[in-house]
Amino acid sequence: MVDNNILSDAVSAQFGSNIISIEESYGMLDFIVEKDMIVALLKWLKEHETFEFNFLTTLCGVHFPEKKNHELSVVYHLYSMTNNIRIRIHVFLPITKPEIQTVTHLYPTANWMERETFEFFGIKFIGHPNLKIILNVEDMDYHPLLKQYALVDNTRTDKDDKYFGR
Amino acid sequence: MGIKPTVVPNGPEMYTGDGFGLMQMDKVVGLARANSLWPLPFATSCCGIEFMATMAASYDIGRFGAERLSFSPRQADLLMVMGTIAKKMGPILKQVYTQMAEPKWVIAVGACASSGGIFDTYSVLQGIDKVIPVDVYVPGCPPTPEAILDGILKIQELVKNKPLRRRNSPEYAQLMEKYEIE
Repeated sequence: MVDNNILSDAVSAQFGSNIISIEESYGMLDFIVEKDMIVALLKWLKEHETFEFNFLTTLCGVHFPEKKNHELSVVYHLYSMTNNIRIRIHVFLPITKPEIQTVTHLYPTANWMERETFEFFGIKFIGHPNLKIILNVEDMDYHPLLKQYALVDNTRTDKDDKYFGR
Repeated sequence: MGIKPTVVPNGPEMYTGDGFGLMQMDKVVGLARANSLWPLPFATSCCGIEFMATMAASYDIGRFGAERLSFSPRQADLLMVMGTIAKKMGPILKQVYTQMAEPKWVIAVGACASSGGIFDTYSVLQGIDKVIPVDVYVPGCPPTPEAILDGILKIQELVKNKPLRRRNSPEYAQLMEKYEIE
């Protein structure tokens, strides 16, 4: 029976100093790791003979403008169907160099999720087969979920701020 | 026997004599058009659900002559846009509008189609009048079937009273030019 203790011990033993921290919240392990080892870690977790993390539940970006050199984060949620256990993996990237290796060759489902993350946060997934906008208009020239961009649309003309709590 | 005025209920001014009637041509055509609108429902969200109620037995849009819904823009003369239109859908909506033959009218049903509604955000068109001209706006989020019917009655008034060849008017040409529609 695989549980969080076994899992965190095994990952620390295998990857040691590349793990920045391991936390547990709401019963789910959360690894913060060096960005350069994300492919090796996911490959190891997927191909491990007992853990078998064979399902990438989600992959997304987060923007923390106040964290110097760790402004952008990429979050991976993995699920092991055989063990019914989930884990979360974070990496941090500086906004000046938002680049990370793709994991599409491990999980084909990452294809669209990495495109979405690229579209909204401008994170470049090196080696992605088709890294272009997927949801919004093709000619959108900025990454709308970066926090320097206002959430409200600048083409609005007929809305009075006071009715919108602003 | 002379010519005398005759009252047609809800109809145009009419004069009848022995075996003939006199009416203004564009009033008659307007009357015919207004009571046989073929709407094209362009429904993307909850306003479309309200429209389904408007179509169905209790409210019955057919009572107003709009019985025949057209799901092809080429055979429709009333475009009913009901729901949130994302910016990515804007060009598609415009294409649907340009495929419709003249004469044509447009209703924006609900807050989203009229102004973007609560979706005041980067991905949503802030009202369909950013891409196509709109004749009647129906407020509500979503509007009740009664409100949608009221919008259709407003359209009928426009159809009855606008000149038949409004496309030829300079105002109309100017409007189309504003929207870059040929």
